[in-house]
Amino acid sequence: MKQLLILSGKGGTGKTTVAAAFIKLANAKAYADCDVDAPNLHLIINKHFDIKKKDYYGLPKAQIDQDICIKCGLCRTNCRFDAIDFNEIYKIDEFSCEGCGVCELVCPVGACVLKPAVAGELMLYENDDTVFSTAKLKMGSGTSGMLVTEVKNQMKEAAKNADFAIIDGSPGIGCPVIASITGVDMVLVVAEPSVSGISDMERIIQTAQKFQTKVAVCVNKFDTNIKRTESIESFCKENDISFVGKIPYDIKAVKAINNGQSIVDIQCSSGNAVKEIYNKIMHLFERAK
Amino acid sequence: MNIAVLSGKGGTGKTLMSVNLASVAQRAIYIDCDVEEPNGHLYFKPQEVKCEEVTIKIPLVDTDLCNGCRKCVDFCNFNALAYIGDRLIIFEEICHSCGGCVLLCPQKAITEKEKVIGKIECGVSGNVDVVTGILNTGEASGVPIIKKLLKKQAKKDEIAFIDCPPGSACIVMESIMDADYCILVAEPTIFGSHNLQMVYELVRLFDKPHGVILNKCTEAYNPSEEFCIKNKINILGKIPFDNELGEINSNGLILARENEKYQKIFTSLLRHVIKEANNETTIDS
Repeated sequence: MKQLLILSGKGGTGKTTVAAAFIKLANAKAYADCDVDAPNLHLIINKHFDIKKKDYYGLPKAQIDQDICIKCGLCRTNCRFDAIDFNEIYKIDEFSCEGCGVCELVCPVGACVLKPAVAGELMLYENDDTVFSTAKLKMGSGTSGMLVTEVKNQMKEAAKNADFAIIDGSPGIGCPVIASITGVDMVLVVAEPSVSGISDMERIIQTAQKFQTKVAVCVNKFDTNIKRTESIESFCKENDISFVGKIPYDIKAVKAINNGQSIVDIQCSSGNAVKEIYNKIMHLFERAK
Repeated sequence: MNIAVLSGKGGTGKTLMSVNLASVAQRAIYIDCDVEEPNGHLYFKPQEVKCEEVTIKIPLVDTDLCNGCRKCVDFCNFNALAYIGDRLIIFEEICHSCGGCVLLCPQKAITEKEKVIGKIECGVSGNVDVVTGILNTGEASGVPIIKKLLKKQAKKDEIAFIDCPPGSACIVMESIMDADYCILVAEPTIFGSHNLQMVYELVRLFDKPHGVILNKCTEAYNPSEEFCIKNKINILGKIPFDNELGEINSNGLILARENEKYQKIFTSLLRHVIKEANNETTIDS
């Protein structure tokens, strides 16, 4: 299965908008939303699906049995995450606990025990021929990288026969993004023509290249700052990165999204531009064969 | 007073709001906690920048002392250690620096070294102290940088604006932990309102007083505004969608410093925010 991942570094540049359009254009049989912190792709996939939900267990969390605890404080001294509060009794702050198990290791009486903890929810949308995998991380949870890996595995397992998958990624460059990059064939970066957008684009390209992944770049809302769009094009040229197109700012795009549609479901200028970008990306995949 | 600016969704205008609100304050600190993609410094272009490296502790094995018992490998819940061939391998990128392997090793073969994961830059831009956390590319977690950043908080009579990362995961939670008031920034799409709902739940979970700024407003239907009205969330202000604003901002300039019209908008917005924050904190205490 060939996998295309859509990233941006900066948030709000149009990853999900582009991903939804690509899914439609490719008539994709397998796709996933790896932005487990703030998933949105499901809002504009208007297809009939059976939804299977299951709890996602991240790393365990410690608990202290107050009947056994002798209040020696060793757990608190050794915890590197400030996850043990003391106010007459020792108590785990479950938001700070990363489940390392050091408290369990140092407790002389066995009062600290690691217990499994739900850290989010995995959702698998399925119908006759299509699989859509997504998840939602529990509020304030860590281990989003592990959940991203689960989302991708769930998709691959359910869609064994699909030959092409489209994955919507998350903003940033940290653990969920790195987990989403692992194993994909190409990253399409949706850049924004602004000083911030360019800085963030350079950092996400660096990150993708650290993991030896092929990168292509397109610019969204390119006409909001033509000069910065030109800088992005020349940056790509200088660094030998495929530049695959420009999408104009389009008020109709917002309308389509707010109707729960993708921008290729209606007739609009941004939709036309995305079609061209899609063709170029498919061409890059063909050439790589 | 510490004011956190967050949004759930990326690109709604967190940095725009925090940079401009800080610019119109008497004295302010701007703290950029979006350490994966920090952008505030691109606007402030701070002077007299002092740089401080941020390190974490990573295990270091003395292969002469290691006898291959694998106790550390079994212990590590992050799978950051493996015994392959006849030596212990450490995967630095996934190590959480818990120190468990050091405590556990019966041979005392494991010590720790400092590993640089990023830096904090402090500088000045007019009335604003600019503090920026920057995570190195390829590193998994910026939480240690954020923890260090948040030690630089507002003095009395100063306002700190904490520019948060997108999302609602641990990294955002860390950023709002010490905030006295939270500003949620939302855009008028169903993505915007869906993610607004998430951060709204987050600030409620931590019992943080909060209000919403609606950004990029047009005449058209605004799902985020509808969400605020339905849930009786205080709307602090509305910033219209505006090409001129967009262009100034996309060129990395500070609206409130470039143009009197925007200076007035943000001054009155700041006044409103401070009034709300003071109200809320008095009710609390």
